[in-house]
Amino acid sequence: MLTVRFFAQFREALDCDALEVPWQAELSDLDALEAALRARGENWRQVLDGDNLIRALNHVVVDSNVVLNDGDEIAFFPPMTGG
Amino acid sequence: MQATPHGAKPELHVSIQQQDFDVGVLQQSLLGNAAAEGAVATFTGYVRNQPPEQALTALELEHYPGMTEASIAAIIERAMERWPLLAAAVVHRVGKLRPGEQIVWVGVAAAHREAAFDGCECIMDYLKTGAPFWKKEHMAGGARWVEARAGDADRAGRWAVTERFGKQ
Repeated sequence: MLTVRFFAQFREALDCDALEVPWQAELSDLDALEAALRARGENWRQVLDGDNLIRALNHVVVDSNVVLNDGDEIAFFPPMTGG
Repeated sequence: MQATPHGAKPELHVSIQQQDFDVGVLQQSLLGNAAAEGAVATFTGYVRNQPPEQALTALELEHYPGMTEASIAAIIERAMERWPLLAAAVVHRVGKLRPGEQIVWVGVAAAHREAAFDGCECIMDYLKTGAPFWKKEHMAGGARWVEARAGDADRAGRWAVTERFGKQ
């Protein structure tokens, strides 16, 4: 199982803070997962196509495609505005 | 991580919390028993009544539990590799805060002021762009998510490239 989380504007736009996706060979990397999520509908495509999308794997931001393993936690969020 | 004068690993503390904090208590918590600290530098951030056209009624902070703590610890550890810090702590509030409330505190203890000042500023600069917090401004007419500022990324980035601050 993969856990996918969304935060801030993305969470609101998708009306979804987290979902579980069965891990399978077709979702073996982050780009493949993102493509599968994009196919869920227009608002999903808009959020994931935005140029300010940050992706994290197991609590670490990743800058390029990565292999996904069963049990991984993936997150999509906009630029961080803390402090 | 550098060895401290008494050989111990530098103290590192991160707290993400809804409740307010007492800066006096936090500053005292940076001091060890050996009186090795010659300097403590701290930064306190407050919720600013920022939107010029409309009064801010609340600032709401969302974060990513687990990743937030890990990200801040990594930021502090990088500062500890660069400067001889004896202790460093970050307290960051989440939830809905009102204008004027304390929102973030960074405290750094070192033997000398240079490491304390620079370590504190570097940690604060990276907190702005490298820890998963998101701010939402609530006003009488509605709410909006705060946009990331390019200037914040620039401030954090200068620690990575400039020799001005390179003490090692």
